[in-house]
Amino acid sequence: MTPYLFFQGLVLAGLIVSGILVVTFKDLLAAAIASGAFSLLLALEFYLLQAPDVAIAEAGIGAGLTTAIFIIAIRGTKRYEEEE
Amino acid sequence: MKMTKIVRTTADAFYPFCLVFGLYVVTHGHLTPGGGFQGGAVMATGTALLIVSRSYREITGRLRQTMLKLCEAFGLMLFLLAGLQSLANARPFLGNWLTQTGGFVGSVVSYGPNPGSLDTGGLVPLLNVGVGLEVFGGLTLIILCMLSGIKEDRP
Repeated sequence: MTPYLFFQGLVLAGLIVSGILVVTFKDLLAAAIASGAFSLLLALEFYLLQAPDVAIAEAGIGAGLTTAIFIIAIRGTKRYEEEE
Repeated sequence: MKMTKIVRTTADAFYPFCLVFGLYVVTHGHLTPGGGFQGGAVMATGTALLIVSRSYREITGRLRQTMLKLCEAFGLMLFLLAGLQSLANARPFLGNWLTQTGGFVGSVVSYGPNPGSLDTGGLVPLLNVGVGLEVFGGLTLIILCMLSGIKEDRP
C-alpha cells in the first residue's frame, strides 16, 4: 500500500467520523464546528484528487462562510438541542 | 451568547491575513488555481470572522451595508464595462482585445508555461478583479444582514 493511498484512506475515515459527529452532538455549536471540520477534510480530499480550484472554493464557502452563518443562527436561538 | 475576549483577539489577528490571501488569489487568478469567485469567498471569510465575534451595534462602526452594496455594484459595473469595451474595439462581447499588445496587462509571452508574469492575460485579470469585488460584497452583505436580524439580550 503506497503512502498516498494510506493518506487518502485516513482522510475518508475522518470524513465519515466527522459526518457522524455532526448528527450525534447535542451541543449545536460543537455540531457546527464538526460540520466545518467535515468541509475542511473534504477540501483536503479535493486537493489530493488534484482539483485545487475546487478545494479553494470548498475551503472558503464550506469551512468559512457556512460555519459563520450557522454560528450566527445559534447566537439568535438556543445553544442546546432539547430532549424529546 | 456573548463572545469572549479570546475569540475577539483571535479574529482580529486572523482578519488581515485572510484579506491578503484572498487578494493574492484574485490577482493571480489567471496564473494559479483560483480566481475571482474563490478569492472573493476567502476575503469574505476574513470579514465573517470579524462579524461573528461582535454584535451588530459594534460592527456598524467598521462595516456599513451601503459600503458593501457600493462594492458589489462597482464590481458588476467593472465586469459589464470591460465586456462592452470590446464592442467599441470591433470585437464580440468580452472579446480579449488587450492581450499580446504590449501595453497594460498585455505583455507578449512566449509559448509554453507562463513563468509567473502578472502583467499578462489582457481582459482576464480585470474581469477577475470585478468578480472578486462582487463576490466579496455580496457574501459579506448576506452575513451582515443575518446578524442584523437577531436579538442580543438573550443569555
